[in-house]
Amino acid sequence: MEKWSLMTITVLLALTVRWTVSLSSYSGAGKPPMYGDYEAQRHWQEVTYNLPIRQWYFNTSDNNLLYWGLDYPPLTAYHSFLCAYIAKLINPDWIALHASRGYESQPHKLFMRTTVFVADLLIYIPAVILYCCSLKETSTKKQVSSALCILLYPGLILIDHGHFQYPLSLGFALWGVLCLSYDWDLLGSVAFCLALNYKQMELYHSLPFFCYLLGKCFKKGLKGKGLALLTKIAGTVVVSFAACWLPFCTDVEQMMQVLRRLFPIDRGLFEDKVANIWCSLSVLIKIKNVVSPQTQTVLCIAVTCINTSLISFSKVSCALSFFLFSFQVHEKSILLVSVPVCLILNEIPFMATWFLLVSTFSMLPLLLKDGLMLAYTVTMLAFLLACVASFSIFEKTSAEDLQLKPFSLFLKRYVSWFKSFPRIVRSLFLLSVTLMGVLSLMTATVRPPQRLPDLFPVSVSSISCLHFLFFLVYFNIIILWDSKNSRSQKKVS
Amino acid sequence: MRGGAGRARNGGGSVMAASGRSWFGALALGVSFLKCLLIPTYHSTDFEVHRNWLAITHNLPLSQWYYEATSEWTLDYPPFFAWFEYALSHIAKYFDPKMLVIENLNYSSHATIFFQRFSVIFTDILFIYAVRECCRYVNGKRAAKDILEKPTFILAVLLLWNFGLLIVDHIHFQYNGFLFGLMLLSVARLCQKRYLEGALLFAILLHFKHIYVYVAPAYGIYLLRSYCFTANNTDGSLKWRSFSFLHVTLLVLIVCLVSALSLGPFIVLGQLPQVISRLFPFKRGLCHAYWAPNFWALYNAVDKALTVVGLKYNLLDPTKIPKASMTGGLVQEFQHTVLPSVTPLATLICTFISILPSVFCLWFKPQGPRGFLRCLVLCALSSFMFGWHVHEKAILLAILPLSLLSVQRAKDAGIYLILTTTGHFSLFPLLFTAPELPIKILLMLLFTVYSFSSLKSLFRRERPLLNWLEIIYLVQLVPLEIFCEIVFPLTSWKLQFPFVPLLLTSVYCALGVTYAWLKLYVCVLTEHVFVRQKAE
Repeated sequence: MEKWSLMTITVLLALTVRWTVSLSSYSGAGKPPMYGDYEAQRHWQEVTYNLPIRQWYFNTSDNNLLYWGLDYPPLTAYHSFLCAYIAKLINPDWIALHASRGYESQPHKLFMRTTVFVADLLIYIPAVILYCCSLKETSTKKQVSSALCILLYPGLILIDHGHFQYPLSLGFALWGVLCLSYDWDLLGSVAFCLALNYKQMELYHSLPFFCYLLGKCFKKGLKGKGLALLTKIAGTVVVSFAACWLPFCTDVEQMMQVLRRLFPIDRGLFEDKVANIWCSLSVLIKIKNVVSPQTQTVLCIAVTCINTSLISFSKVSCALSFFLFSFQVHEKSILLVSVPVCLILNEIPFMATWFLLVSTFSMLPLLLKDGLMLAYTVTMLAFLLACVASFSIFEKTSAEDLQLKPFSLFLKRYVSWFKSFPRIVRSLFLLSVTLMGVLSLMTATVRPPQRLPDLFPVSVSSISCLHFLFFLVYFNIIILWDSKNSRSQKKVS
Repeated sequence: MRGGAGRARNGGGSVMAASGRSWFGALALGVSFLKCLLIPTYHSTDFEVHRNWLAITHNLPLSQWYYEATSEWTLDYPPFFAWFEYALSHIAKYFDPKMLVIENLNYSSHATIFFQRFSVIFTDILFIYAVRECCRYVNGKRAAKDILEKPTFILAVLLLWNFGLLIVDHIHFQYNGFLFGLMLLSVARLCQKRYLEGALLFAILLHFKHIYVYVAPAYGIYLLRSYCFTANNTDGSLKWRSFSFLHVTLLVLIVCLVSALSLGPFIVLGQLPQVISRLFPFKRGLCHAYWAPNFWALYNAVDKALTVVGLKYNLLDPTKIPKASMTGGLVQEFQHTVLPSVTPLATLICTFISILPSVFCLWFKPQGPRGFLRCLVLCALSSFMFGWHVHEKAILLAILPLSLLSVQRAKDAGIYLILTTTGHFSLFPLLFTAPELPIKILLMLLFTVYSFSSLKSLFRRERPLLNWLEIIYLVQLVPLEIFCEIVFPLTSWKLQFPFVPLLLTSVYCALGVTYAWLKLYVCVLTEHVFVRQKAE
């Protein structure tokens, strides 16, 4: 069969799964007075359509910022505005100012689901397909199967099409990586700027992007071509930022207000969306703690070898460490780590699958609250099946397959048990999958003891946290040893 | 087998890299997961039908099963299906006992939905097993290096991921999966020359759902020809002396035993006429509310066109035209105005006549299992074409067995593509709710893209599967769908002529189905002559 038909089938399958998941419930369905993310998105449509642009981020009599006030960058607001325009054409009640608060109906759900579906189809899915087609030194089938597994990643499907969220920022970030891998640095930086302007949380990914581009400029020489490239990139970034912020550039107060909404340092803890705020805030506060180990790894890459596969690795570890060390992070933010992990699925299928399963599992309490238990169970199993069937992950557990060859050589001098390494890894994986399965089952069916009402959510997050720590160590080992290795190789040559 | 898989893996990681038959498990599991995802989708009144049957069989004694009429959805399947519902009801009580109350009409709690949906998904295991057996039969003819281009793999996908079965069983709600499983299993057994098993399975199937009686002629003739007569002459004609009384007795015994087991209790109770009247309700109209794409759809359409033309040129007296015929397509009773009206007997005769040639073909020039399968498909298609009150779902009866043929020969593959695409498209009106619109389109595209590309690559060395006229016909389904589902609801005709999309769909699909039927017939008949000449 030809490549295009296999890819078409993959995409169709992914779309089918997305749409069927979207038939289930969404965040905050029928839960007044605050509802959930679904209502937030609807509310933004209402606000952006009915109010002039100058009032979008300001607290006015028509715009109560305590009720799902806009706290994402301008691109989100524009997107809401666009959706509101279409909503207006279909049914003006959906976005009537004030009157539509908490509006819920079957046709409206259908409309909102369609907007996510379209966004996914136009931005995220093409990026994944193009990325997989660009994978070098792999057969057509490998490309197709990585596309299938990436598109079936349950975490993103459940959060976007179940819980309710738009996959645009991750999609744009993916376009950024894609463009960089084709050496289109300017387009890549534009795409990443769009991602940043869609959600400030993309800052998680900014460090690797920045270092990669900087490293590239350094490599070309700081005086000649490198400098030209650097100015070009800087110019592009400035221009694309300016374009996104144009309507707010009229006066300083506007911009300051938007920034205050995005990074609400001066606000207390009383708002409902605490977790979201803190995760953006923590980027600023915790940066000092995180930066020291991070810069080391990242600069390592930037200086030694600029290799696109490494950028995903570094993105993973960077985002993961942000996720782990910043406090009060929202569960959903793990998606920022998962998407880069998806990109290395075909390189280390075993570990990536494991990580992606754990990351979805870590969102279990949230998904359970949204009534997505059935979709969660089915998509998890389907993803595991897809990975096992297309990568036969259980046969890829040797040190070499896990890209730990240099590390294991290093270790062999001290430890002798290394021979049974694949078996140990495999049984660890099975153990962790069983644990996740049992805990998922218990969360869904067993009522927690009265003295410990939060028993299951806490155990879910602690188990996931342990896993994430383990993965952080693993990814950092890969990066450090890989760069060390390539440096020594360079010396040899 | 294992060596081959190993080679495939070394030759550049294959999608289903795992060895042996594990790809089959992946396919089956994958589609089961998809079925689970379809649980929250819309379900039709058939859901309530089956809930009602659960309640009837659970609460009432056997003697009341075929008399109970609290709900309008009375029990109208043969006794084995009633027993099946009886068995299910004993599991159902642990899910939600309220669904087993007869008076709880249209009861659909979450637990009820879960139970009923899962019962379909679990009983589909029989279907999966049957598909595996069928694949084993097809296996071994063509050894492709690439797993994706093996006939067995393609056949497994075409059957397991069949669009029609997915939407009829898992969205619309019915238990066709395990019934088709029984049928395919009996076909596989016949192909493996385990005739008695095949006959037993088919007899059981008939007492589960009597619609399969449409293909009974093929079974009867094939068993008679290949099992009751044990040898052929050298030129392939029948050797009358080889008739085996033992084999006939065994067959009759099996059929009678199964029938006795099923209908016996009702005969003892003296309820046989009541059961029969429930099973064959001839009170219904010639066509279902939505015309199945068969000969009668074309017949109705011609009648309607003639009426319109006649009225325009004053050839007809407007006062004589029955009112109902103008809104036809919405009412069950349909009166023809220009052409003669059709009686049940007429349809029966038409069906009989249309089946005859295929059966003769099977008798005079038996071609082993393939000939049997072709005859089976032709029987199913012919009765679909001319049957009384045919449902559009009955097209699956032809599509599924034809899948077995399609992976073996290019000619059959071409017919299969036309028949499945039009037949599946004609199922679209089953799902008319907005949330299911993307699902049906996506699944249909998924299946169609797969069937076209896989069969094309399987027969890439032979001439093209479809000619340009057929391709144009199939491509025009796309604008038709766009017009029916998107453009038409926006126009002002929507209120005036609400039946137009259904009419267009069924007439357009009827053309394709009729064409595929004729082509298959021509294919079978001409090949017959050809082989004979060769024999001479």
